[in-house]
Amino acid sequence: MSTSDQIIGARLPRPDARRLAAGRGTFTDDLALPRMVHMAFVRSPYAHALIKSIDTADARQAEGVVRVITAQDLADICTPFIAGIEFLPNMISPPQYPLTPVEVIYQGEAVCAILAESRALAEDAAELVQVEWDELPAVVDPDAALEPGTPLVHSELESNLAMAMPIVEGDTEKAFAEAAVVVEHEFEFGRQSGLALETRSVLADFEPAGRQLTVYQSHQSPYQMQDVYARHLGLEEHQVRVIAKDVGGAFGLKLHAYPDEMAAVAASVLLGRPVKYIADRQESFFSDIHAREMKVAGKLAVDPEGVILGVEVDVLSAVGAYSVYPRTSVGEGIQAVQFTGAPYRLPAFKGRVRVVYQNKTPTGAYRAVGQPIGCVVIEQLLDIAAAELDLDPVDIRRRNNLGAEDLPIKAAGGLEIDNISLDACLTTILAKMDYEKLRQDQVEARQQGIYRGIGLATFVEQTAVGAGLYGPAGTRVSAQEGCALRLDPSGVIRGSTSVTDQGQGTLTGIQQVIAETLGVRFDAVYTESGDGGTTPYGGGSWASRGLAIGGEAARLASLDLRKKILGVAAAISQVSPEKLSMVAGEIFKDGKSLMDLAELAQIVHFRQYTLPQDLDFEMNVTRHFLPRSFPYFMANGIQASYLEVDLGTGSIKLLDHWIVGDCGTVVNPMLVDEQLRGGIVQGLGAALYEQAIYDNSGQLLTATLADYAVPLASEMPDIHVAHLQSIAPGTGLGAKGTGEAGTLGAPAAVWCALNDALRPLGAQVWKQPFTPAHIIEALRSKDTSKSKADEI
Amino acid sequence: MVEIVQINLTVNGVKTRKQVEPRQHLIDFLRTELGLTGSHTGCEHGVCGACSVRVDGKIVRGCLMLAAQLDGAEVETIEGVVESGEAGELIEAFVAGNALQCGFCTPGMLLTAAEILAEGKPLGRDEIRNELSGNICRCTGYQSIVDAVKTVLVKTIEDGKAR
Repeated sequence: MSTSDQIIGARLPRPDARRLAAGRGTFTDDLALPRMVHMAFVRSPYAHALIKSIDTADARQAEGVVRVITAQDLADICTPFIAGIEFLPNMISPPQYPLTPVEVIYQGEAVCAILAESRALAEDAAELVQVEWDELPAVVDPDAALEPGTPLVHSELESNLAMAMPIVEGDTEKAFAEAAVVVEHEFEFGRQSGLALETRSVLADFEPAGRQLTVYQSHQSPYQMQDVYARHLGLEEHQVRVIAKDVGGAFGLKLHAYPDEMAAVAASVLLGRPVKYIADRQESFFSDIHAREMKVAGKLAVDPEGVILGVEVDVLSAVGAYSVYPRTSVGEGIQAVQFTGAPYRLPAFKGRVRVVYQNKTPTGAYRAVGQPIGCVVIEQLLDIAAAELDLDPVDIRRRNNLGAEDLPIKAAGGLEIDNISLDACLTTILAKMDYEKLRQDQVEARQQGIYRGIGLATFVEQTAVGAGLYGPAGTRVSAQEGCALRLDPSGVIRGSTSVTDQGQGTLTGIQQVIAETLGVRFDAVYTESGDGGTTPYGGGSWASRGLAIGGEAARLASLDLRKKILGVAAAISQVSPEKLSMVAGEIFKDGKSLMDLAELAQIVHFRQYTLPQDLDFEMNVTRHFLPRSFPYFMANGIQASYLEVDLGTGSIKLLDHWIVGDCGTVVNPMLVDEQLRGGIVQGLGAALYEQAIYDNSGQLLTATLADYAVPLASEMPDIHVAHLQSIAPGTGLGAKGTGEAGTLGAPAAVWCALNDALRPLGAQVWKQPFTPAHIIEALRSKDTSKSKADEI
Repeated sequence: MVEIVQINLTVNGVKTRKQVEPRQHLIDFLRTELGLTGSHTGCEHGVCGACSVRVDGKIVRGCLMLAAQLDGAEVETIEGVVESGEAGELIEAFVAGNALQCGFCTPGMLLTAAEILAEGKPLGRDEIRNELSGNICRCTGYQSIVDAVKTVLVKTIEDGKAR
């Protein structure tokens, strides 16, 4: 009927992108306040040690130094923090402090802080601090961590085992006894760093007279941090305001409460002055959450047609020194189990997870948490089984995909799945990649001694997680999102949302939802977020919730405001509101324009005396949304990789990559495309390059961007994207999340493609990242695959 | 007390005289002494390219050069190429194709892209990928950046605007 009908689904550029491109973003380090001091830390050089003494005398005398603090200086200001789960009372994590008082348990733990006139002077003084250490043995290897007699990661622990529990106690005995083929495989996943290009940054400003704390922080959830700072610093919640201005990448790593950031905020309270702490790159490698380190044993039983009879999965998740505050570090291991086989019909399933501590950097939520692991495990097992049965990898997936007749389903791993499109995604991607032609190309290449492989990775993706995840755990994280709308006198709509935007474009998507739902032009809406003190309370950005939950809140608020606007227009025009419509900011009756929104806005703001006494002309609306009938929205998709292996050098060339994603309603296809592409490249980094390597004493050997390799433009393929839209049940918008999809499926696509390429050589790889050295090793000792397939 | 070095330089067309510590990096000088916060500090050892600026017409890493080396130099930052209009078409192409997400790498990426345009060689997409490989982007996956640069490069060559 109008242009406004096309706003949802349009490839609109982000209004804030021009500002960022022009260098006019405001990242936390771009801010400076009067009386501001800079913070630098003295960090532990050892993975495990006792602090015998700290001599700060020389540092205190150094140029520009305002204060030198150790644990006891903050003891009365900030209480220690422990990430616990109410329903897992036996899971113990050592307490964490802003500055560690006695025992450091990973390299890089901060023990002393310098506050000085500049960061350079603070670093100078940090070098003058004399710490006497008593080095203790470090626990590094996850298997060794559980051996009897192994030293403890922290002396307060009774065991290095943080948690061991069956996720599903299914009966798989019959399935494996009756299987035509049983395949077993062990998989190893390297430890990654979350790595955002903007390092963690905080500028805390405590004003002592009014006891008001304002914290500018590069963070995904200002609400969570307001709660954390208030509780641990002994302030009332209204005395704390956390503002996330522009955030230079987050990916889950900026979702936690880090000790060094707590120290900066606590120091601001101590000094009554603004304190700025910007992590440098090396500190980031030591202290940003790591992720993914895991060993997995997987076992699959199939019948002669390749139909799955049963799956067993056993996960050993190595989470580093602490369970990270406040969301804990157990999610990765649990989700790795739950997502093994989740897209498929699994008549029998058994899964166990063990979580171990080690003297390494703590791990936490990084994009797609655990899901990529589960995806790799099942997709690899299926490929091995298909090879045993001489089936095409496409066919074995087709025979096991959950179909419409299976839905909704509570899957074997405990996941709730509804309205997904696995078969349609498979059909779409095969057409897009011209699968038959690619197989032909592969055969021809092999005849010339060139080894190419094709890999498919089907996935379901947990998005827009609701109250069921953190609520029962007792974690104070809100799962609902809100949107406040107001009509300004100019006729422009200001939207304020709890969803934060780290570049995904959620603010743009929400702007589209508001514009279309209200019936106004896209550029007649302005959206903002990030200020925990003034925006509607919510969760922020995590687990792909921006459009799915925040978008629905915006839709509900827009419907309410629209009703109010049409009510006023009806009163002015003396007609019934039901007869009115609003299109592109113009109000119509029977196709005839009555007034535009700017005119109405002038009246409700400046000429209220013209309105009837009992008329509601308040043009402010706030609505929240939380899906109640679903724990989360399960999105889905499939990826495919085509690659070439150089048998001489062990290097991999990515030739092509495809994704068909289904995130329900696509509000802005361009932004979804770019979420998928960016996510895929992070997943390709996981598969090929990224690894935090430690030596046996717990020393991190990859603490620079020269040592920790991330994908570069020249190494990445073009990525072909298509969308299907199976709408989210239970919302008017129908959007699911899409932020994890790329990172979730890309590693599995590469595992499958690489092993497809190597299969004719009798070699297989079994641990990521697939460095050239690892591939050469696999080629030389063809039995390293640890794969065995038994014909029964 | 460390010795202070006086430098006379031109930054974005403005002549300026400053006293700097010999150890101060160009990027810290620009950000803290001149308030030019459009260039960013990403890795501080020359890998990521977020601090890329132009010195005497050539792209340098702001974290690998010292302010004290700049006596007599002409420095251009993202603020300068925006104000002069040089980055205008690139920015429009980046915005139109969503070739940035968080935007932290983008000013450095744009200066690298501007150098590709200035050289005016008819590069293919793979060659553009090579040229951009000194600038890390963690958000986009690079494809949209390559597309944006290619679009403007083709147009620049057609218009005969390359140097």
